Amino acid sequence: MVQQEHIIEVKDLVKKFGSFTANDRLSFHVEKGEIFGFLGANGAGKTTAMRILCGLSYPSSGEIMVAGHDVYREREKIKKKIGYMSQKFSLYEDLTVSENIRLYAGIYGLRKKQIATREEQLLERLGMLQIRDRFISEIPLGWKQKLAFSVAIFHQPAIVFLDEPTGGVDPITRRQFWEMIHDATEEGITVFVTTHYMDEAEYCDRVSIMVEGRIEALDTPAALKQQFESENMNEVFLKLARK
Amino acid sequence: MRILFTLLVKEFKQIFRNRMLLPLMFVLPVVQMILLTYAASLEMKGIRMAVVDQDHSQASRLLVSRFQGSPFFEMNLATSDYLEALSELTSDKVDVILHMQHGFEKKLYAEKETSLQLVVNAINTTEAGLINSYCTRIVNDYNGQIRAEWFVSDGAGMMKTLDIIPKYWYNPLLDYKIYMFSGILVIIVTLIGMLLTALNLVREKEMGTTEQINVTPIRKYQFLLAKLLPFMIIALFELAFGLVLGRLLFGLPMVGSLGLLFLFTCIYLLVVLGIGLFLSTISQTQQQLMFMAFFFMITFMLMSGIFTPADSMPPWAQKINLLNPVAYFMKVIRMILLKGSGFGDITREFYSLCIYATLILTLAITNYRKTT
Repeated sequence: MVQQEHIIEVKDLVKKFGSFTANDRLSFHVEKGEIFGFLGANGAGKTTAMRILCGLSYPSSGEIMVAGHDVYREREKIKKKIGYMSQKFSLYEDLTVSENIRLYAGIYGLRKKQIATREEQLLERLGMLQIRDRFISEIPLGWKQKLAFSVAIFHQPAIVFLDEPTGGVDPITRRQFWEMIHDATEEGITVFVTTHYMDEAEYCDRVSIMVEGRIEALDTPAALKQQFESENMNEVFLKLARK
Repeated sequence: MRILFTLLVKEFKQIFRNRMLLPLMFVLPVVQMILLTYAASLEMKGIRMAVVDQDHSQASRLLVSRFQGSPFFEMNLATSDYLEALSELTSDKVDVILHMQHGFEKKLYAEKETSLQLVVNAINTTEAGLINSYCTRIVNDYNGQIRAEWFVSDGAGMMKTLDIIPKYWYNPLLDYKIYMFSGILVIIVTLIGMLLTALNLVREKEMGTTEQINVTPIRKYQFLLAKLLPFMIIALFELAFGLVLGRLLFGLPMVGSLGLLFLFTCIYLLVVLGIGLFLSTISQTQQQLMFMAFFFMITFMLMSGIFTPADSMPPWAQKINLLNPVAYFMKVIRMILLKGSGFGDITREFYSLCIYATLILTLAITNYRKTT
């Protein structure tokens, strides 16, 4: 059997804000090509940990490697290899669909010709060819989310970080969104996703569940359900959170 | 380079698509330049005067006629009751009382000198000072006339008085509008450079797009350059626009080199943009930023010498003014435009601002963090 590559390796990650410990000695790894679900209630410390992995925030201590680079010394190298979709909506409202795609592609240093072909393919796949010249502020939320995700992986990163990507969208769009996530893994992109929708956890290869800054459980959804003798992930989560 | 270009295209698109920003940048300054130049004038016309003549003599009437002949004064009340005039002053119906007591002429003849009283409403001290100097001027002229006509055979009359004929260099007609206009131009250029840059940066922070930018491999200098350059260009354009407007409307003189003025403005803008950038790094919301920017703008502006000469401020205030970029620019724009000063005359200001720009930009850029 081929040794699985760890694309993210975290050992004893601690993040403190004053006397408050947001992340308490987190240790986990993410394998290349998997969908890793980062679960937890609001305020459990998911976003904090994710921001550290993306190089947006400094850890207080711990060893953290992302895509083969150290988060203390090689943040700029990491940034070339990752994509990120934040909780806050991250496209420019006063730019058009097409302008947003070109802007981010340009930022990652893609060539003009390359951008043009990929943009064409992307818009066709999303069914957004007719609205390419509409402003982001004019299109519905679900479309924006799908577009934001596509923009986050437009430069074909090794890992994409998604911070509660499906907040506030309808079940059909959520479903389509997860199909897009699966397609991304087919292209070899590793997905690191936070969510508090427990049904979405079922789509992940492995999930970790955070409670009050600590990782309380980490395994495949099937194994977790067995371990906690639950029907679904919702029950697993409730059992853990009420412990 | 290509990344910078991509970002610049984005910034310009956003600026020109902003429906509020464009009028803000082009219509408001025009209104300000025209309105304030006419309104914020230190020339006084129609000073309302009450005359209390208790002498009713030839001498007193001559003095009154002098005031009547002046375009700056209008006679609102002529009375011999001082208290009546005083009550007019109290109820703000007149600005100044000219009071000549009984025996004014007699004393003048007998003792060759006499006194009169001037009561000025000094609620507004600048205004009172001006009224006083206008009055003094008229009384002095009157003095000269009296000496020449009445005491011509006398020994004292033979003595020629010193006559001052002022010649006002660099603004021969003492046109206050020219002086004001250059000052207001400075304020507008500053406002655009400092406030718009800072607002733009904080707005992205509020919307969350800054965070998205921070996870990309964009270098800090690329992002900041793309943020600062557009406003620098717009501010320079605004200066050019203002100069043309000033020339057409007020005949603004441009004695010195425009190239030098623009060069100096570039350095000045680096300082102002640096301050804007620094303010944006220490504020989280546009509200916080507006409050801080307001504080700095008002302080900078009022200490800059736009209305009152900066040289007449107390020494400690002049020391503080070393940190006030607006004061440098206020001085230099007037020196270049009105006086025709060359580079040699403004070297101190030029190099001071170069140092200032280096310091504030270093501080601001260090304080701007991609990682928190």
